[in-house]
Amino acid sequence: MSERLDVKKTYKLVVKGAFPRSESGRSYEVRSASGDFFANAAQASRKDLREAVLAARGAQATWWKATAYNRGQVLYRWAEMAESRSSELAEHVQLAEGLKKREAQASVARAIDRLVWYAGWTDKVTQVLGGANPVAGPFFNFSLPVPSGVIGVVAPTRSSLEGFVDVVAAPMCAGNAVVALASETRPTPAIILAECSVTSDLPGGVLNVLTGHLAELAPHLASHEDVDGLDLTGAGELGDELARLGAASIKRVYRERGDGEENPLRRLRTFVETTTVWHTIGQ
Amino acid sequence: MTDDALRSDLGGLDYDPAPESAALARLRPSYGLFVDGEFTAPEAHQQFASINPATEETLATVAQASSLDVDAAVASARRAYDKVWRKTSGAERAKYLYRIARLIQERARELAVVETLDNGKPIRETRDIDVPLAAAYFFYYAGWADKLDYAGFGPNPAPVGVAGQIIPWNFPLLMAAWKLAPALAAGNTCVLKPAETTPLSALALAEILQQAGLPEGVVNIVTGDGDVGAALVAHPGVDKIAFTGSTEVGRLIQERLAGRSTRLTLELGGKGANIVFDDAPIDEVIEGIIDGIFFNQGHVCCAGSRLLVQESVADEVLRRLLRRVDQLRVGDPMDKNTDVGAINSAAQLARITELTDAGEREGAVRYQAACALPSKGYWFAPTVFADVAQSHRIAREEIFGPVLSVLTFRTPEEAVAKANNSNYGLACGVWSEKGSRTLWVAQRLRAGVIWANTYNKFDPSSPFGGVRESGFGREGGRHGLEAYLNV
Repeated sequence: MSERLDVKKTYKLVVKGAFPRSESGRSYEVRSASGDFFANAAQASRKDLREAVLAARGAQATWWKATAYNRGQVLYRWAEMAESRSSELAEHVQLAEGLKKREAQASVARAIDRLVWYAGWTDKVTQVLGGANPVAGPFFNFSLPVPSGVIGVVAPTRSSLEGFVDVVAAPMCAGNAVVALASETRPTPAIILAECSVTSDLPGGVLNVLTGHLAELAPHLASHEDVDGLDLTGAGELGDELARLGAASIKRVYRERGDGEENPLRRLRTFVETTTVWHTIGQ
Repeated sequence: MTDDALRSDLGGLDYDPAPESAALARLRPSYGLFVDGEFTAPEAHQQFASINPATEETLATVAQASSLDVDAAVASARRAYDKVWRKTSGAERAKYLYRIARLIQERARELAVVETLDNGKPIRETRDIDVPLAAAYFFYYAGWADKLDYAGFGPNPAPVGVAGQIIPWNFPLLMAAWKLAPALAAGNTCVLKPAETTPLSALALAEILQQAGLPEGVVNIVTGDGDVGAALVAHPGVDKIAFTGSTEVGRLIQERLAGRSTRLTLELGGKGANIVFDDAPIDEVIEGIIDGIFFNQGHVCCAGSRLLVQESVADEVLRRLLRRVDQLRVGDPMDKNTDVGAINSAAQLARITELTDAGEREGAVRYQAACALPSKGYWFAPTVFADVAQSHRIAREEIFGPVLSVLTFRTPEEAVAKANNSNYGLACGVWSEKGSRTLWVAQRLRAGVIWANTYNKFDPSSPFGGVRESGFGREGGRHGLEAYLNV
C-alpha cells in the first residue's frame, strides 16, 4: 500500500475576511522550536499593513453597530470553530512552542475557554464599566463605555495561542477592530485561529492578522494616524520606541507592567472610552 | 461690521457698577513654595510676578521653583506616602478631605476674589461655579476614600504612590481640586504644579491644607514656568503624571514617559461642536451657544467653539445670536454684572488675534461685539465668524478664546460627520426637542462628554475627559479613581 502524500497548507495573511498573500510577494521560513522548517509564512509589507488598517476602520463601525448580544454570539461561534480544529491548533502550538502533546492540548483548551470568557463580556461591559451619575441638577446623566476604534496589536511569542486570544479578544469584545501582528517566529497558531474567525460570521476586517518581520511592520502600525490604540505585549525591546511613536497621535497604549498579577480587565478598559451624556429633565 | 439694525433697543440701558472688593483676597506680597507642609521663604527663590490680566498690575510675586526644589517636593511626597498617608485609613483620609471641602466653603468669597484677580474671569463665575465646584469635588471624593473596595476595580485596590499633577490657567482652583481630591482619596501623595500665570489660588489652597491639618508632605505645591512641569515629568521619583493642558504639550509628555513605568492621564484640547437642529427651542439654544463659547472668555477646553446649525434655521439663529452677543457685558471681572472678563495673558491674546486674523484671510465673515474695551489689560471682544468652511484654521484649531465659528448642515448624518471631523474629541452639544434623534446623534459622536440641550455643565459625580487627541483617562465620578489606583 503506497503512503499518501500530505497536502501542505500555505499560511497567508488574514485581511478583511480574506486570505491574501503579501502584495510584496515575499515570504519567510517558519521553524519549529527544535529548529526544523515546517512552513513558509507571508511576509507582510507596509502596504499590507495600511490595507489592514483601512479594513479595520471600515469594519469597526459595522461591528459596533451590531447588538452586544450578536457580538457575543459571533465570538462564541469563533470558540466553537476553534474547538472543532483544536487538534490542528494543538499540533501547531506543540511545534511552535516545543511543548509536550498533552501540554499543547491543555494550552489550546485554555485558549478556547478564554475566548468563551470574552464572548460573555460583550453584553456586560456597558453595565460593568458604565452607569448613571447623580449630578446636582435637573439632568439625566449617564456614562457609556464605547470602543476606542482600531487597535494595533503586537502579539506575544511566549504564548502563541493563549496570549494571542487575550490581545485580540479583549479589544474585540468591547467593540473595537484589530490589526494584529502575529508572533514573528510562531505565527501559525494565530493564523489558524484567525481562519476560524472568518467562518464565524465575524464581519470581515474586525480581526486582521499579519505575519512578517516585527521590526519592519510594528513602527508603521505604531505611528499610523488611524490607529487609536496599541497593545505592545509582544513588542519586547521595541516596546519603548513603539510607545513613543504612538504618542504622536495620543494613542492609548497597553503594556504589561510585570509587577505582579495583571488585572484581567485592565486590557479591556484600556481600549474603552467613557462617553458621558447629560440630558435635560423637564416637562 | 455689525449691522446696526440687529442691535436691541435695550442697548441704551445700562447697569451701575457693582464691584467686589479686591481687599478680600488677603494676598501676601510674595510667596515661597509649599513643601513638606510649610511655605519656604520667598527670598530663597527667584521671584516672578503674577499679574492681574484686567489691569496688568502685579498682584504678588511667586517663587520660580528650581529642579532642586522639585526634588525636595517629590522627596517630601515620598516620605509622606511611606510614613504617613499609606498607613492612614480610608475613613481618616475621608475626614481630611471633608475638612478641606468645608474650609473652601468657609473661605469661598476670598477664593473667588483671588481667582478673579489672578485669572481675569468674572467674579460671577468664580463665585457661582469655580469655588463651589472645587468644594464639591473634595466633598464627593472624600466619601470614596473608605469605599474603594466598592469602586469596581477589585478588592483592596492600592494607590499608585506619588502623583505629579500639572494644571492649566483656565480654572486654576477647580483644576487643583479635580487633581488633588481623587488622588488623596485613593491614598496617593501629590506634587501639584499650578500654571505660571495663575498660581495664587493654589497657594491660598495650601493655607487651607495647613488649616485642615493635612499631614506635612501629603500635598506639595511648586510654582513656576514650564521648566518646573518638565522637571516633574522627568523625575524618577514620580509614579504618576496627570496633565491638563494643550495637546502639543500632552504629546511631549506622553513621548517622554513612553519608556517608563510612570502612569499617565491626559486632559488636552478640544474643538467642540455644538449642533443645533431646526426643532430646538431657539431662545434656549441662543443661551446655550453663549454659555458654550463665551463662558470663561472661551478659555475652556470643552468650549462649543464650532456651531453647527441646521440650514433651515441658520439665518434666524445667527441673527438672534449676534443680537445676544451685543448684550454681553465685557469688562471689569470684579464687577458682579460682568459676563466676559479679561484674556488671561498677553501670549493668549496674541494667539487669539493671530487665529482670528487667519479666519478673515481665509474668507470667513467676522462679526465682533461693539463693546468698549478697557484701555489697560488684555481684552478681546466676543467674536462670531459666519461662512466658515471645515478647512479653515478657525474650524480646526483650538482658539481658546471668545471666538465662535459657525457652520451649517442639512441632515443628521452630515452634522455627525462634521462634528467628528476633528482630531480632537472632548465635548459636543446637541440641541433638539426629539429625544430619539438626540440619542442617535450622541451614539455617533466621538467625544467624551455630550451635553443635550445644555452646555458646559460639570459635576464631581460625572466623568470628564476626551477621546482621540483630546487625551485619555477620566476625571470625576467613580471613573476618576482609576487614574490613581494600581488597577
